[in-house]
Amino acid sequence: MPNLKDLKNRIDSVKNTRKITKAMQMVAAAKLRRAQEAAEQGRPYTARMNAVLGGLASSVGGSESAPKLLAGSGADNVHLLVVMTGERGLCGGFNSSIVRMARAKAEELTADGKTVKMITVGKKGRDQLKREYGDRMINHVDLTEVKRVGYANAHDIARDVLARFSEDEFDVATIFYNVFENVASQIPTMQQIIPATFEASEGADNSTLYDYEPGEDAILKDLLPRGVATQIFSALLENGASEQGARMSAMDNATRNAGDMIDALTIEYNRSRQAIITNELIEIISGAEAL
Amino acid sequence: MADTMQFDLVSPERSLASLQAAQVLIPGAEGDMTVLPNHAPVLTTLRPGVVKVSAPEGELDYVVTGGFAEISSEGVSVLAEQAHLGSEVKKEDLEGVLTFAREQAEKAGDADKSSAEKLVADMVQLLEDME
Repeated sequence: MPNLKDLKNRIDSVKNTRKITKAMQMVAAAKLRRAQEAAEQGRPYTARMNAVLGGLASSVGGSESAPKLLAGSGADNVHLLVVMTGERGLCGGFNSSIVRMARAKAEELTADGKTVKMITVGKKGRDQLKREYGDRMINHVDLTEVKRVGYANAHDIARDVLARFSEDEFDVATIFYNVFENVASQIPTMQQIIPATFEASEGADNSTLYDYEPGEDAILKDLLPRGVATQIFSALLENGASEQGARMSAMDNATRNAGDMIDALTIEYNRSRQAIITNELIEIISGAEAL
Repeated sequence: MADTMQFDLVSPERSLASLQAAQVLIPGAEGDMTVLPNHAPVLTTLRPGVVKVSAPEGELDYVVTGGFAEISSEGVSVLAEQAHLGSEVKKEDLEGVLTFAREQAEKAGDADKSSAEKLVADMVQLLEDME
């Protein structure tokens, strides 16, 4: 029979754990709200940018003069995977699910005889991928110090990726991130950013004929890098919201588990306390009877 | 004819303005242009400069560092990479862009040299105007 003091200590330690997970859950909830707001506010820009680029791309895309960013380098040999994860753990399957997806893609590409290169954003992804793909990693972006992801961060990543593309370091770039569905579910997603693809948004008014100033080609050339940066930015925002959502539900589960554990331990504690009392009573009574 | 049109100014991080405007001055890549209601649909890229909005409530200035503007039958939307309200803008916000523009101009190949240098010149001009 476990002794009473040990049980008491265990109950106290689980209670402390519960306090911590509860606090983390509340912090994650507050951060989630902010992250969601940021994602919400970034949406009009992204939507408009994609609509305009989609329209431009479809009208210029087929021609010979299409920019390299849109048409691709003509080859399909070197793939760049940009894996975006969180900087911190304790958020359920958030980091692992992205890494799993990226790893599957990397294996598939390697099996097809393609070369894989990686850029990791966020420490957790790098840690998980380092063992297998450490030699393929060409860069790592550390956002540990960044409290709030801004467009500048996305711009820096985009600049790095675009510079590497213009030096023919890779042919196709894909980003991996989690799309925030709701607190309980985040969907790991991969999206090809180079050569650029743009989903035509619904209800986009394609019938309007615009005058272009300067020409269509020049506008497209100017906007494509911005479009890539915008896609990276919105991925970062989605990822931020997803991370907090995942952490919130993971910590919620942990808090509930701790509660269950405390209940179970308390029952055990009370039982053994009663057993001890009963034993003592038996000893006293049998002592009295013996007289 | 309508006297006002919808004007939207959005940056990647937030929407800065959404209001009815009587006239909007846009620093287009090939020169400033003033947009009145019922303007023909135009898509233009921006150079660093000041967007001036005349609304019934008064005049508003926004400093933008590039992006594009879409003028359609519904109104004007400006998508700026960085945008600040004219009265709030600080020089430090813009200096990063200037540094980047300078780097680009140095690296740029012959084909892009002139446009990169123009960007630098526009930024310098903008910073001078603010003083």
